[in-house]
Order: sequence, then C-alpha cells, then structure tokens
Amino acid sequence: MELRGKKVIALGERDGVPGPALAECARGAGAEVVLTLTACYV
Amino acid sequence: MTRGATPVIRAASLVLAHVPSLVRLGSKPLRALREVENPIEYLRPHLRDWATACAYAPNQVFLGNLGVDDLAAWPTPWHRHPVAGAQRFGPDGEIMPEDEFLGLLAACDGFDLLALDRDVAERARTALDGHPVVGRDSGRPAVPAGIAAGVLRERIERHHAVPLAGVDGRLLGAVLPGHEEDDTLTGQVLLENLACKATAALALRHLLARPGAVAAADVRYVINCGEEAVGDRYQRGGGNVAKAVAEWAGCARATGSDVKAFCCGPMHALMLAGALVRSGLYDDVVVLAGGSLAKLGMKFQGHVKHGMPIVEDVLAGFAAHVARDDGVSPVLRLDAVGRHEVGSGSAPLAVVKALYSEPLARAGLTLLDVDRFSLELHNPEATEPAGSGNVPLTNYRTLGSLAVVEKLIGREGIDDFVRARGMPGFSPTQGHIASAIPYLGHALRGLTGGTLARTMFTGKGSLFLGRMTQLSDGISLVLERNPGRAATA
Repeated sequence: MELRGKKVIALGERDGVPGPALAECARGAGAEVVLTLTACYV
Repeated sequence: MTRGATPVIRAASLVLAHVPSLVRLGSKPLRALREVENPIEYLRPHLRDWATACAYAPNQVFLGNLGVDDLAAWPTPWHRHPVAGAQRFGPDGEIMPEDEFLGLLAACDGFDLLALDRDVAERARTALDGHPVVGRDSGRPAVPAGIAAGVLRERIERHHAVPLAGVDGRLLGAVLPGHEEDDTLTGQVLLENLACKATAALALRHLLARPGAVAAADVRYVINCGEEAVGDRYQRGGGNVAKAVAEWAGCARATGSDVKAFCCGPMHALMLAGALVRSGLYDDVVVLAGGSLAKLGMKFQGHVKHGMPIVEDVLAGFAAHVARDDGVSPVLRLDAVGRHEVGSGSAPLAVVKALYSEPLARAGLTLLDVDRFSLELHNPEATEPAGSGNVPLTNYRTLGSLAVVEKLIGREGIDDFVRARGMPGFSPTQGHIASAIPYLGHALRGLTGGTLARTMFTGKGSLFLGRMTQLSDGISLVLERNPGRAATA
C-alpha cells in the first residue's frame, strides 16, 4: 500500500500493536498521521 | 527501623464477591441500557445465582481450589461445565454471596450514606456475624440496622440516592450522595469506592487470619494499588484508600498510601513494598487492592448476544504481605525488575524485551529459566464473546515469539512454550487485579511446597486511557524459591 502523501489515523491496541508504533511506521512510509489512539479491550 | 533484608512475599489472599444485582450499575450496562425500558428484566435471564458462580471453574482457580493446569484441561465452555462440590472458601480466599456482601458494604460506610432495607440488613448482619474472618469477633464495625422501604424511596426520589435493586427488582437499599453539588461524591461514585474498600478489607482480613500471619498491630505500612478515585471536587483522586482499609481491618499502627498506574499499579506497589523492606524502613508491608464496580458487566453485550451468563458478576480483591526474609517464603528479586521506561517505545518487541529479557539477563537468566509467567490473566470466556480476543494467549504468544527471536526455541516451539510456561486466563475482568495478580497464591504454594523454582509477574497499564500520555506502562517482577528452602527441599 502506498502511504506517501496520505493522511493516516493510527488506531492501535495495547496487547497488539499500540497506536504510537503504528503512527511511527506510517510516518516512516511518508504519511501524515492526523490522529493516534490506542484501545484497551480489558 | 531495623537493618535491611531481602524481601519475601510471605502470604497472599484473593477474594471474590458475587454481586449480580450490582452488574446493572457497572459503567457499560449503565450506559448501554439507558434506552432499555426495564434493565433489570433485560439482564435477569443472564445473571447467575451464587452457587453457579461458585462452581464456575475460573472462580475456583481464583480461590486456589483448582490449579491452572486443571483449568487448561477443563472442558469448555467453562460456564457449562461446573465444578462438582465447589467450595466457597479456598486456600487463597472466598467467594462471598451478595446478601452478605451488602452487609459488608454497609459496615464499611462510616458516614451512613448507604442504607439497606430492614430485612436485607438483618439477614446480612446474621450471616456476617458468623463469618470466619469478618465476623462479629473480628472487631469490625457492625452492620447498621436497616431502614423502612418508604424512607429508602424518599431518599431516591427527593435526595438523589442511587437505588440498589435486586435481581428480582426488589429494593435492597440506596446510596445517598456525599454532597449536594459534588460530581465526585455522587451515590454512584461512593458505591464504587465502598465496593473497592470492602473487597480490599475482606482480602486483608483473610490475609491476617492465616495461621502464622503477621498480627494486625505489626503491619506498619499499607499500599493500596486499586484504580478507584477517592476524593472530592477539589482533589478528585485525593486517595489513601490504603489507610481507610487498614483502619477498618484493625491495623492500628499502620499508615499507608495509594500507588496508581492503571492495571500496572500492583506491580509498582509490590516493587515499592519490597524496597521498603529492603531499606529497613518497615519490616511488614501489606499491598492490597479492592475491586472495580465500574467493570462489572463490561462485556455483557457479548454474553447476552451469545446466550450465555454474564460472567463479569464478581468483584475481586487481593492482599499480599511483603516481609523480611524468613528463610522459607519466595524471594522478590529487586535486582531483576523489568521496566517499561519512557524511552522504551511502544513497538511490541521493544516492550517485551524491556519487561522480560533485559531484567532476566541482568540476573544472568533467560526466559527458559522461568517456570511460569503470570501476565494479563483475563478470562477469555468474558472477552471473546464480545470480540475482545483471548488477551492472555495473545500476550503469551508474543512472549513465545521473543523466545524465538532470542534463539531460545524454534518457531515451532511457541505452542509448547505457551502451554508449559503460561496458563489460561481465569480472572474476572477486574483491571488491576487481573493483571498478573491472581496467580500469586498458586505461585507461593508452588515455590514453597511445590515444584516451581522461579516465576515472573508482569503487569501492564493503559495510561493512554487517561489522555495525559500516549504511553502504556509495564513492570515485571521475579519471584523465586527461597535459597533456604531450596537447601532443605
């Protein structure tokens, strides 16, 4: 998937991949991260 | 103050309070059932009676009557395969019925804000007075006399009291606000805080009632690590539930404080308790926490959807005694504390390295030197029907993957690693309690009279939920067989 120039909402999960880690990957791929959130399902 | 010593965990207690009538007052049911005409009728078919909750295999593991390997082999779904001859009391604590727990709640209320119906109060008083650890002889405050149903209704209609309605719809009692204009002292908030205090107090009394336990008068410091916010409008989370519980349980020479880190609180608290003992400041420190009323029925929609009982119908509590080395009790290794630091990042591999391999390496150990890992222990039967997955299994598989990365096992060995060194989740979804703590009683037995040599406990906290940081939190602790014990075993 080409993320360069795209806006990204990074929704992560505490026991999976947290939001900040997703956001970092997206930024590294050239995306603009507009929102970062992590969910906890317990 | 005495000279510092190696800290050990001498004893732990784990308790449940079965409270089907309070499920409706959990945060999720309260919000989700706002539009439902009769929430009590809606929930009733899915609420269990006490005997069914007692015979639920995960609850029996929580009390120490069943082992974690027994549960791994137990037929599923667990809610359809009750434990024959299940006991209310176990090596680690008890599952208290609701009619008694209501009395305990009232006995924990020093401000007469929670009132019970006359009959309910009388029944609770009779039952509680004969209780083996919080009976009349324990010196606890009495269960106050109940009041007339008409007065309860007036409190609800004219004074904003929160009604306590039974599973059958009958009015059991009501909780008045602590202040007319304070959102932090509403009846609902006070009920949550009283539920937390009562379950923590019950756990502490169980701890103090053990043969050879520390005397209440010798407990000098108590650390509460629950997640409730006790305070008022000017200091919303002002705190010190620790001291309130110590007072109630008769620890007259204790003081204490609260440690907060979401579900990671208990690991921080145990570490700090160990450090207090190690420093020589205190010889006997108790770490405790009560349960979360807000989390009752948190996943109830999934349970209703799948036609199963709402298994999040219990409050939990625990207490642990951290003391100077007695040559027998399992040692808390302060030289092998795992920390999720500010700079650890959030990438899963970085997090597990910080929490597991780095602290173990510091002690000259690897993942394979740990017999059992206790992580997030949420009961998957509570979470999976709601689409929240099997949280313990996810975490154990991540840990197994770390063992692969570190070339300790092959990729094909992950399942065996998880089976041998992990365990099925058996804890009610009670937040900070479910985070590693429920295995503590099993570990203490296994590390003293059993076959375990070393265990590792890891708590994680979702700090980001409070919207002050994007970080999560984590602390891991190694608990191992006492060298004195190993020499004689």
